[in-house]
Amino acid sequence: MIDDSKPIFLQIAELIENDIISGVLAEEAQVPSTNEFAAFYRINPATAAKGINRLVEDGLLYKKRGIGMFVTEGAPRRLREQRREKFQQQFITPLTAEASKLGIGLDELVAMIKTGSDS
Amino acid sequence: MPRTTAIATRELSKTYKDVRALDNVSLELEPDRIYGLLGRNGAGKTTLMSILTGQNYADQGTAEIFGHAPFEHDPTLSRICFIRESQKYPDDFKVHQAFKSAALFFENWDEELAQDLVEAFALPTRRRIKKLSRGQLSAVGVIIGMASRADITFFDEPYLGLDAVARQIFYDRLVEDFAEYPRTIVLSSHLIDEVANLLEHVIVIDKGRIVIDSDAEELRGTAVTVTGEDAKVQEFIGSAQIIHRDALGALASVTIKAKLDSEQREQAKLMGLDLSPVSLQQLVVRSALSSTTETGIDERTEARK
Repeated sequence: MIDDSKPIFLQIAELIENDIISGVLAEEAQVPSTNEFAAFYRINPATAAKGINRLVEDGLLYKKRGIGMFVTEGAPRRLREQRREKFQQQFITPLTAEASKLGIGLDELVAMIKTGSDS
Repeated sequence: MPRTTAIATRELSKTYKDVRALDNVSLELEPDRIYGLLGRNGAGKTTLMSILTGQNYADQGTAEIFGHAPFEHDPTLSRICFIRESQKYPDDFKVHQAFKSAALFFENWDEELAQDLVEAFALPTRRRIKKLSRGQLSAVGVIIGMASRADITFFDEPYLGLDAVARQIFYDRLVEDFAEYPRTIVLSSHLIDEVANLLEHVIVIDKGRIVIDSDAEELRGTAVTVTGEDAKVQEFIGSAQIIHRDALGALASVTIKAKLDSEQREQAKLMGLDLSPVSLQQLVVRSALSSTTETGIDERTEARK
């Protein structure tokens, strides 16, 4: 789950974002505490706090004093929009690069995607 | 409110006969953080911790714990717990007696936590300490270190003889307890991969010198290994600082110090190069090796060819 490719706080922030997008964490739902995240992922609590604070700064989570942290209304929609913008660069570019390396033409690629999404 | 420094050393040096155990060590450790003190055996980790806990003295320089020199200063010493790799206990002590005397010494001692850990490690408390297995002896140290809740706790390779499951219990309980009762923890270990994610700050010592003193998160992602056709790897890395280089025929695998942006990652993919992350352990090993000699790395690579 956690790897060495980038700072852990960024990975924690992404994991929570994924849960928000997929609906595991619904709008207005309470998210686990910093210490719960730290214990679950076996990471330093300060690092977990940094990841969560990043989402608070981005307005995706908000704090209720003395109660905890909650998912902001509209957060899933905002995250989906952000991810769509990155989709080309993250998935399409490497896909076409690999396809051209293997000599798979565009039509063939499109056909493969269609078959893949049908199954 | 300004935070006081938990540990400060200035130009600390210590020589044993002809070995320079510590060489101009200047450090500042903030309170309520988990520090990793990493390095090879004989790098100077234990010497440094002994001086910081008043059990040894430096030839030169100063060491302060919460603003006081620890040597023979009882109010400071009572705030420190030092668990050594081979912690010694009075000869005929039973386990529960060791806990009892620790409870008298450490004012923040948490008996409930101690009992909890005794159960977790399945430790026989009525047994004499000298009859314990190596792992059980380590468990005694771990329990005292944790339950003391001292303002500063040093763990010097505390896991000798503990199996993977027991070590995981230690790490899990440490994170849990630290989250609830933040304090300064200095964890010396060479099982770096196991503890990497627990650390907030990393200090690497080699031949008595500090070679890395950095936030753990800042270290992550500061190096990357580029693998592929040698010429293309060369073209891609350009003049980046090379930490390590391996070659296999026309293939090269080069670890460089660089934070790549998404554009550079994309370019690497287009060039048919593989990028792989570098673990804290690899980074520490490489740093220790490259501080030894610049050519040391090249010789090793040559030898493998």
